[in-house]
Amino acid sequence: MRNIGKMTLDTPSDREIVLTRVFDAPRQLVFEAYTKPELLQRWLTGRQDHTMPICEIDLRVGGAYRYVWRGPDGMEMTSKGVFREVILPERLVATERFEPSWYEGEGVNTTTFVEQDGKTTVTLTIQCASKEVRDGILKSGMERGVAFSFDQLEEMLASLPEPKGL
Amino acid sequence: MDLQFQTSQQLDATFAALADPTRRAILARLASGEASVKELAEPFDMSQPAISKHLRVLERAGLISRSRDAQRRPCHIEARPLAEANRWLERYRQFWEANFQRLDSLLEEMKSHGTVSPQNVRTRKQRNTRRHKR
Repeated sequence: MRNIGKMTLDTPSDREIVLTRVFDAPRQLVFEAYTKPELLQRWLTGRQDHTMPICEIDLRVGGAYRYVWRGPDGMEMTSKGVFREVILPERLVATERFEPSWYEGEGVNTTTFVEQDGKTTVTLTIQCASKEVRDGILKSGMERGVAFSFDQLEEMLASLPEPKGL
Repeated sequence: MDLQFQTSQQLDATFAALADPTRRAILARLASGEASVKELAEPFDMSQPAISKHLRVLERAGLISRSRDAQRRPCHIEARPLAEANRWLERYRQFWEANFQRLDSLLEEMKSHGTVSPQNVRTRKQRNTRRHKR
């Protein structure tokens, strides 16, 4: 059961952001949850009060996808791109572009699904166009230029006294 | 607004300072108590000037402070900027965790409905169900 439910977040190189998470399910199921629109719409919604009313996925090399999220104020955000690699049920590579755009250029997302003992490790690698773009993403409110995982920070913080006046 | 900008600059400084493994190790050491430059240099196989350089970065980022009076000028860790950085990361983590927790429940549902084949999963589930029902 080790690592189930534990998410790690790293910036292993200048242009990358890497998220990993272990799920207690065989990868066939996890892969479906990632690639069937009616399933994706049920979990990839971000904040509690947001929905994903539009989810289109043409799952083949060269095929396009489009996700539209809607907030309680009616504001919408779109993510779209094209699949570069589709290997069922283990690997997806797709370009990604947001509208409204909050970072320059296209990112390339690689998602891998690795099963061991009935559990599946999902690794999402976000490859940015350049270090500048990645740093832009990191500064934009999605994440920061942290060259170490949450776990390391947690460990360090756990050994500190409670700060005063926070 | 001003405050927010300040916080953002502080976060940049914090994360920039934390991006180096030696500086993280120094912080980890200081988390267990104050230490002089000499004491800090020992485990790292680095010269005192090299360590001092890292200490200056940490000091500028507000992550450590140094006593002015005592002769050995021991370094102390400052917990507050680290806690701020953690609170910031925590929000990002919560965003993804919320997604992944929904995915956890969805996967449980898929497993119990046998939405997709993996036969061993289905049989095991059915066996469990039967056992629980007595």
